[in-house]
Amino acid sequence: MARGATPLVSVEAVTKRFGGLVAVDGVTFGLDAGGICGLIGPNGAGKTTLFSLIAGFERPTEGRIRFRGQDMSGLPPHSRALAGIARTFQIVQPFAGLTVVENIAVGAHLRHKRRADALAKAGEVAERVGLGRERDAQAAGLTVAGRKRLELARALATEPALLLLDEVLAGLNPSEIRDILPVIRSLRDGGVTILMVEHVMQAVMNLCEHVLVLAQGRLIAEGEPRQVTRDAKVIEAYLGEGAAKRLEAQHG
Amino acid sequence: MSAARAYGLIIGVVALFALVPLAGPSNTLLNGMVLALLIALAGSGWNLLGGYGGLFSFGHAAFFGTGAYASAILQSRYGVNAWAAFAVAIAIGAVVGWVIGFLSFRSGLRGSYFALVTLAFAEVFRIIANASPFFGGAPGILLKLDIRPANFQFESRAIYYWIALALVGLTMLVMRAIERSRLGAYIVAIRENENAAKALGVNSLAVKLKAIALSAAITAAAGALYVQYFLLVNADLGFGTWISIDALLAPIIGGLGTVFGPLLGALLLHELGELTRAIAGGVPGIDTALFGALLILVIAFARDGVQGVIGRLFARMTRKTAPPAIEAVS
Repeated sequence: MARGATPLVSVEAVTKRFGGLVAVDGVTFGLDAGGICGLIGPNGAGKTTLFSLIAGFERPTEGRIRFRGQDMSGLPPHSRALAGIARTFQIVQPFAGLTVVENIAVGAHLRHKRRADALAKAGEVAERVGLGRERDAQAAGLTVAGRKRLELARALATEPALLLLDEVLAGLNPSEIRDILPVIRSLRDGGVTILMVEHVMQAVMNLCEHVLVLAQGRLIAEGEPRQVTRDAKVIEAYLGEGAAKRLEAQHG
Repeated sequence: MSAARAYGLIIGVVALFALVPLAGPSNTLLNGMVLALLIALAGSGWNLLGGYGGLFSFGHAAFFGTGAYASAILQSRYGVNAWAAFAVAIAIGAVVGWVIGFLSFRSGLRGSYFALVTLAFAEVFRIIANASPFFGGAPGILLKLDIRPANFQFESRAIYYWIALALVGLTMLVMRAIERSRLGAYIVAIRENENAAKALGVNSLAVKLKAIALSAAITAAAGALYVQYFLLVNADLGFGTWISIDALLAPIIGGLGTVFGPLLGALLLHELGELTRAIAGGVPGIDTALFGALLILVIAFARDGVQGVIGRLFARMTRKTAPPAIEAVS
């Protein structure tokens, strides 16, 4: 985080409370432009809430979120999308009554006012994520893998600088995961910065240069994936207190 | 669909309807057609918000009555020219729509809550119009009979018919243009999934306000034309639930979120009403009961309305006739 002058996005001491529950607790980190960063942690760690905070669907109780140095904390989701932040939803949210290309065009309209331009852009994005053949199919009729691609495509069509991917691999079989990994990598190579929540650890190890670990709302570790997965605090967060010591004892 | 086809169909249908008065219909028939067109117009306004936007209003009478009363008051009380009053009434309708929309959408109302709030507004307007002398109280406002084209009053019903038809046609062209625009894509996206739309940069409040303002303006135009045709408006005619119901029945039965739905539905309902009254005229409220039954049938079995049913029948017919045609060729 100390590398760049201003990070692309910086989360500064952000806390989010829902009544008595502290979902996100004083989290601070920065993300430089370029690269894929993983956000991992056990269920209920606050990962999706953190995404919602960055994308503007929730307002932080305390703290600030800056994007390209600008304070975004008070802005609604659509203004953040315009600024260049896009998100996907963990539970896919297709516009079920529309075709694939019409779905993507809603995202494309953000930077293309004319219908024809938006549809052209949408067709292009559909190709890029591997939905070229389904472009005129009804979104409601897509497979799970197809819907995940659609979710990705719509976000991508807004031409974001920061892409928040909330478990885009969940529910996919290994061969479908293998198919979509190159797509995500190609987005990074195209200059999009990616922050991804993911439970499929193999994919995290494979894709991410940097990993943040959240547990019970707190950021407990960050660093390279291999180093983080060996961190005693991280192992304990997943497997319970004392687990790290027990594992060490077992393996000698 | 190509632009020529998309707009050409509307122009063709309107041109066909324009021939009706030339066939020398009876006054009763023409009168019924004018009413059906007024319902189609009011229903087109409702359809933009309810059909495309998924925001079901139960109180479009608020806008219909606003159009009717605004035009009547401007003419009778302030001596404004009828054509100017007509235009101003539409603008006032849009403003009232925007304000009701702002109050409802800002607090995130949708579904049955939005329906109830709009119903409440229409009822409040009705009660105020009924009680306040400014609105003419219970007897309402009667416009002076002064038949001059410059005064928006005509001897022949055919002229009213053509004006109503022109407004319906214009509205259908506008709807088609919206379907093919960013605004249309955003309105439909909000209907399908508002949160997903927001994440893609859609300012849902602004889009919904545009939709309701335009929707209200169109329905207000129907109200203003109504007052020009009957030269009378009172609380029950302007703000009564009858128009709220007709304005939503027509597009739902004709085809929700389609350009032709409101016109199809309004004509069908009108013919059906005439037919039942002719057959079982003695039974009070029989036509309303029949409409209710029809509404249930459409919602249960044909969510895309008459237009959808016709489309499916057409597809099935062409499929059935297609194989022999191929055999004949080979």
